[in-house]
Amino acid sequence: MLLPAISSPTLAALQAVPGVPIFPPRGSTIAQGVDELYYFLTAITLFFSFVIFTIIFYFMVRYRRRSPDDQPPATVTSMPLELTWTIVPTLICAVVFVWSSSLYFRNSRPPNAAMEIFVVGKQWMWHIQHPEGVREINELHVPVGVPVKITLTSQDVIHDFFIPAFRVKRDAMPGRYNSLWFQATKTGTFHFFCAQYCGQGHAAMIGWVQVMTPEDYAAWLAGGTRGETMTQAGERLFHQYGCITCHLADGTGRGPSLVGKFGKTQKLRDGRTVVVDQGFLRQAITQPNSMPVPDYPPVMPSFQGQLNEEQILQLIAYVKSLGEEERKGKGQ
Amino acid sequence: MSAALAEAPPGTRVDYLNANYGIKSWLLTTDHKRIALLYLVSITLMFFVGGSMAVLMRIHLIDPAGGLVHPDTYNKLFTMHGIMMIFFFLIPSIPAVLGNFLVPMMIGAKDLAFPRINLLSWYLYIAGAALALTAMVSGGVDTGWTFYTPYSSTYANSQVMLTATGVFIAGFSSILTGLNFIVTIHKMRAPGMTWFRMPLFLWAMYATSIIQVLGTPVVAITLFLVGLERLFHVGIFDPAVGGDPILFQHLFWFYSHPAVYIMILPGMGVVSEIITCFSRKKIFGYNFVAFSSMAIAVISFLVWGHHMFVTGLSVYAALIFSVLSFMVAIPSAIKVFNWMATLYQGSISYDAPMLYALGFIGLFTMGGLTGLFLASLATDVHLNGTYFIVAHFHYIMVGGAVMAYLGGIHYWWPKITGRMYPDLWARLAAAIVFIGFNLTFFPQFMLGYLGMPRRYATYPAEFQVLNVMSSAGASILGLGYLIPLIYLIWSMRYGPIAPANPWRAKGLEWQTPSPPPTQNFEATPVVTESAYAYGPPGSEQEGAHD
Repeated sequence: MLLPAISSPTLAALQAVPGVPIFPPRGSTIAQGVDELYYFLTAITLFFSFVIFTIIFYFMVRYRRRSPDDQPPATVTSMPLELTWTIVPTLICAVVFVWSSSLYFRNSRPPNAAMEIFVVGKQWMWHIQHPEGVREINELHVPVGVPVKITLTSQDVIHDFFIPAFRVKRDAMPGRYNSLWFQATKTGTFHFFCAQYCGQGHAAMIGWVQVMTPEDYAAWLAGGTRGETMTQAGERLFHQYGCITCHLADGTGRGPSLVGKFGKTQKLRDGRTVVVDQGFLRQAITQPNSMPVPDYPPVMPSFQGQLNEEQILQLIAYVKSLGEEERKGKGQ
Repeated sequence: MSAALAEAPPGTRVDYLNANYGIKSWLLTTDHKRIALLYLVSITLMFFVGGSMAVLMRIHLIDPAGGLVHPDTYNKLFTMHGIMMIFFFLIPSIPAVLGNFLVPMMIGAKDLAFPRINLLSWYLYIAGAALALTAMVSGGVDTGWTFYTPYSSTYANSQVMLTATGVFIAGFSSILTGLNFIVTIHKMRAPGMTWFRMPLFLWAMYATSIIQVLGTPVVAITLFLVGLERLFHVGIFDPAVGGDPILFQHLFWFYSHPAVYIMILPGMGVVSEIITCFSRKKIFGYNFVAFSSMAIAVISFLVWGHHMFVTGLSVYAALIFSVLSFMVAIPSAIKVFNWMATLYQGSISYDAPMLYALGFIGLFTMGGLTGLFLASLATDVHLNGTYFIVAHFHYIMVGGAVMAYLGGIHYWWPKITGRMYPDLWARLAAAIVFIGFNLTFFPQFMLGYLGMPRRYATYPAEFQVLNVMSSAGASILGLGYLIPLIYLIWSMRYGPIAPANPWRAKGLEWQTPSPPPTQNFEATPVVTESAYAYGPPGSEQEGAHD
């Protein structure tokens, strides 16, 4: 990592040109790693561009046409040269590939201890809810130094949640859950953007991440609660929409019991085996007949259009909580 | 051959331009050269329509609050700019104009294999363009040129169907042109014109044609499915009706990434012709340049996933698409180094086509190298959807493809029109385009890393300085494109009469008068030497290349 060490101060000096910021602030644990790779790639680009431009200019001057009847020597061929300029770029690409892929791979999975926040993109705003029940629009409050997993989905078209200061970005897709994670390294306020064109108000889908000390965050959470956590809201919906009438806890209802199902595998009628995760539950709520389970009649109505994405997330949080005490008990 | 004919005074000789007159003789022509001119006029119109939209956008973006138009209008501007430039200018540019004119001439044939299909493809292009222009003036379309679902299939309230139909129809024009070139190159080469004696422009056109024939049907089907969902609510892409929006992206990019090579491969072919001619050197590493075109055509079909690294593509799929995307960069690097080696010990002149070709090498190199940032997963996550993409794409498509197109137009202009253009103006324009281009798009790389998303009608104030720089550059670039328009039109009437071979170039097209007769050659030429036989007399032996 010699090159980043050299180029870093130079680029940092550029940053100091007043009025022309060219680097976003570094606000997360992965930002530095991404920046170093960026410096390396920039150095390669500048190096090869410089070499190629210099050689072309040199040849243009050195071999300029001096008389209309110039007769240059015949073109030679050179296998060693051809091999050199095939193999050297290949090796450079291999280095970049290994470097960037390992960085990507390391950053692709959130740590198990990550706290979870749910973000729903909607033309043209971001709805954010914390498991504790606090909900906000176009503002995301997070504690510093704690891994945060953002679960993303969309109410309508494809959006994209992009926090430049954290060097993270992920599409918010309608009909499925994507996630990204970060760990903020300093308190402060950072922009987030919608980075996937989504219609008239696309450029207005901008918000702020507020990174707070854990104490401030706890105080903020306590001040913003409306008395109902996501799980509690899910439980309310579970009763309100009549889920409870079929999905009896003891399994004697018309639908399967949901207690302790989250995270387990489930056999489907067509023989497939799936993991009961957020995506599966979402599909089971919106398109129940696409995932029929054995032993129960496929009689569940679709809740597509009756529940919005935030309510579906609350229901999932509730289903997830069913049997969680039991699970925890066993674990101890 | 025909040296005496070439020197005949103007007006005494029958050529393809004065063989007959009248609007019908043009609109019903099956002469590949006349069809090339029909394309030239139509795509030039589309280029300036698309370009004026870019000018409006750059003026709008001087002010962070968006000084000129309503956000809705801005969204339509960038959408129509992309559709005009990609589907109606860049894709037909070199193949349909220069390829149409040159493919038969370079192989020593009288015309393309299917002259009437060639005319049909121009009419299909015109029908597609007419629909797209109708969509533009009857409200416009705001989906982005990428037509991403479910926005395009369910949510957009603009002329999606009309535009998509236009693109759909124009796609068949592209398919038929590709088909025509493939058959022509296979079946109609003059005696002695073996595959490895073909100019590299033909290899590039051949590779391009394969992509056009194999890839374009996929985007046609995709747009058809968008229409099906939009009109009849068949659940294909919109999850609300049981579809999958990612499916659209797979299908769309399966065509649209190779389509990038439909736009750049022909440019590489043009540059190979120009570099050899104006350095009076045989190409260095003919086989490597030829096969790298074919390698690009093949690998380009396997890299579409790199447009989708942030959609939730699995980590392992992302790794594979990343490694393949790095691989597609290697053949391009090979070409650049071979062009440089061709210059070595040459006799280099600074004629306008050469300035465009050298500009191409520089800008294409930067465009290619910045592509590595996007093949690389960790940096792509940050850069995807930002102005970095816009800058990278324009370095390849404008710095690369448009520079090569203009270089080619200047190089073959004397052959096409029989007139010379004012050389000083042409060189000046090449320099202005090069400078204006860099001023416009280099700041956008920085803007991208700083985090400004593309397709924003308004933006936070921290991005303003770089945006103003970019807009200032765009005014220079716009001027650079207007100058050639003026002097090239001027030259058609007032330019000095061009000799048969003003550049003392090799290649069959230069051995016939300018402008060529309708049947191209007085007698079918017989080829006895390899391409680019610029070396000293006697140095050209069969198989001397590699």
